[in-house]
Amino acid sequence: MYAIYDDDYVLLESAKHLVAKGIHIRDVFSPFPIHGLDPVIGLKTTRLAITAFIYGMIGVSLAITGMWYFMIQDWPLNIGGKPNFSILTNIPSFVPVIFEFGVLCAAHGMAITFMLRNWTLPGFKGKNPYPRTTDDRFVMEIHAADSELSEDEIKALINETCVLEIDEK
Amino acid sequence: MHKEAAIREPLILGDDVTYSKITEDVLFTIEHEPTKLWKVLMTIATITALWGVGCILYLLGTGIGTWGLNNTMGWAWDITNFVWWVGIGHAGTLISAVLLLFRQKWRMAINRPAEAMTIFAVFMAGTFPMIHMGRIWMAYWVFPLPNQFGSLWVNFNSPLLWDVFAISTYLSVSLVFWYIGLIPDFATIRDRASRPVQKLMYSLLSFGWTGNAKAWQRFEEVSLVLAGLATPLVFSVHSIVSMDFATSIVPGWHSTIFPPYFVAGAVFSGFAMVQTLMLIARKAMRLEYIITVKHIEYMNIVIIVTGGIVGVAYSTEFFIGWYTGVQYESYVYMSAGAATGKYAWAFWSLIFCNFITPAFLWFKKVRTNLALTFIIALIINIGMWFERFDIIVTCLARDYLPSTWRMFFPTWVDLGVYIGTLGIFSVFYLLFLKYFPVLALNEVKTILKSSGERYKNMSDEEFKKLHPVFKKDIK
Repeated sequence: MYAIYDDDYVLLESAKHLVAKGIHIRDVFSPFPIHGLDPVIGLKTTRLAITAFIYGMIGVSLAITGMWYFMIQDWPLNIGGKPNFSILTNIPSFVPVIFEFGVLCAAHGMAITFMLRNWTLPGFKGKNPYPRTTDDRFVMEIHAADSELSEDEIKALINETCVLEIDEK
Repeated sequence: MHKEAAIREPLILGDDVTYSKITEDVLFTIEHEPTKLWKVLMTIATITALWGVGCILYLLGTGIGTWGLNNTMGWAWDITNFVWWVGIGHAGTLISAVLLLFRQKWRMAINRPAEAMTIFAVFMAGTFPMIHMGRIWMAYWVFPLPNQFGSLWVNFNSPLLWDVFAISTYLSVSLVFWYIGLIPDFATIRDRASRPVQKLMYSLLSFGWTGNAKAWQRFEEVSLVLAGLATPLVFSVHSIVSMDFATSIVPGWHSTIFPPYFVAGAVFSGFAMVQTLMLIARKAMRLEYIITVKHIEYMNIVIIVTGGIVGVAYSTEFFIGWYTGVQYESYVYMSAGAATGKYAWAFWSLIFCNFITPAFLWFKKVRTNLALTFIIALIINIGMWFERFDIIVTCLARDYLPSTWRMFFPTWVDLGVYIGTLGIFSVFYLLFLKYFPVLALNEVKTILKSSGERYKNMSDEEFKKLHPVFKKDIK
């Protein structure tokens, strides 16, 4: 069952009301993020930021290991009177690349994880129920099976709010 | 209801703005045939770009001896262009990343076009060191790849190699940041498209975005973290570019203030370029109610601040040139060098363009006047080119040994490649204006209720009356 609204504020307030009455809102489709909605419909905070940190650390360690191997271990060169004796004495001039490579891995790793978790990849079809949810419509997806109320009770409750239309499909 | 302070001026003007009006207006160019103006500009840009490609091919085929370089002037016009383009590429990510972290809502109207500019500008910048290699097919040697020369590695102590990593990271991270923001807007176009080709194209580009609550939650998290990652990038990239110069021992280059000085100069020139492009685009696309005069003024204020930092940097360089008592340093700055030497014309153009002209922006009348802003922005663009020319050419032309003193004279290939990159950049930018959502639709919509003129003038009671939540409240 889809409840279609034409305003983010009205949807948010309605969602609060419906959840208080014991209706479970499975999902909300909107053209932009509705701030304050996540706790109302019971979404947990995302852990994507943690993955970014992990990818970044992987990048940093790869960069350090790589430069240790290239510059110290495999082929040490005396460049401009600055010999490459050990990673510790040379690390100041490695800092820029360590930083850049860390950022590179963190940003791309997180972006790829974001795509995979959202299941948005090139060639996929959009599965939003109505085309206008990417323009100016705000839609709640409610399944009667998710709550203890009957379908008619749910409908009656939704109808109390300023809903544009209730669509069953 | 979430409102921002009443003393802040509204960011979206007009009493009739709705979510769908924003969609309609921003996507107008995509859903309609191109205008005559666009076709004319595109033709000019394409011809210039083809000329540029021709010059580059000629350069690669004949060798970089076709440039005006000589033994003393190993770098001149080409690296000037490189630094100029990288500098321009600094506004976009500053707007979208740094201003996001500072929660500046005015960024939302301009971040998309500014970031597009960034990406195309960095792309143009990247071509210059590549073609400067002469044998561009060896360009992959800049990466630490296993090879058969006794496995000789690249030199990680060199700022030139840091540059390789900095520029490529900056380019690719900006691209990802930009594209992730574009996905929901591509989905909007996809869902509105009527023509099959258009529908197919935008469904491919939108990656099957649905816009459900979890996706939006992740989207906001990713934007925030990417902004956090891109912010130090903005500052590091031009710092590293400046180290190409600052870590060498050429008098005039060897100075510790280069990194902050270059970063400020980059933001300065980047914002000037955003002004130049957006003043035309907002008018041509009738988006004046989203990119308002207030936005232009905010950008001018950023120009004043960064221009001020650049001005202080110039004075510091002169002061230190005199104060250190190092004869080579003071020679560059004081005598035959910058101000009175053979390149005095370049020096005084710089002072005029970057020091005197932007000072007029201190007047509110000037910085809210669109025509004057446009002219000043254009002059700053030229001035920032001269700044890089001054640093590179003036300092190289007069180094330690008078016997190696040479002048640099550009050839038509120097000029041609430069003009060509302007053309290639314009082609990309015009295609962006025509086929991409020019403004971040999903972001502009989020601030309509907090910063739109109509909603700002409304009291909470009026707002609630207009947006009744329960049917029983409607009378």
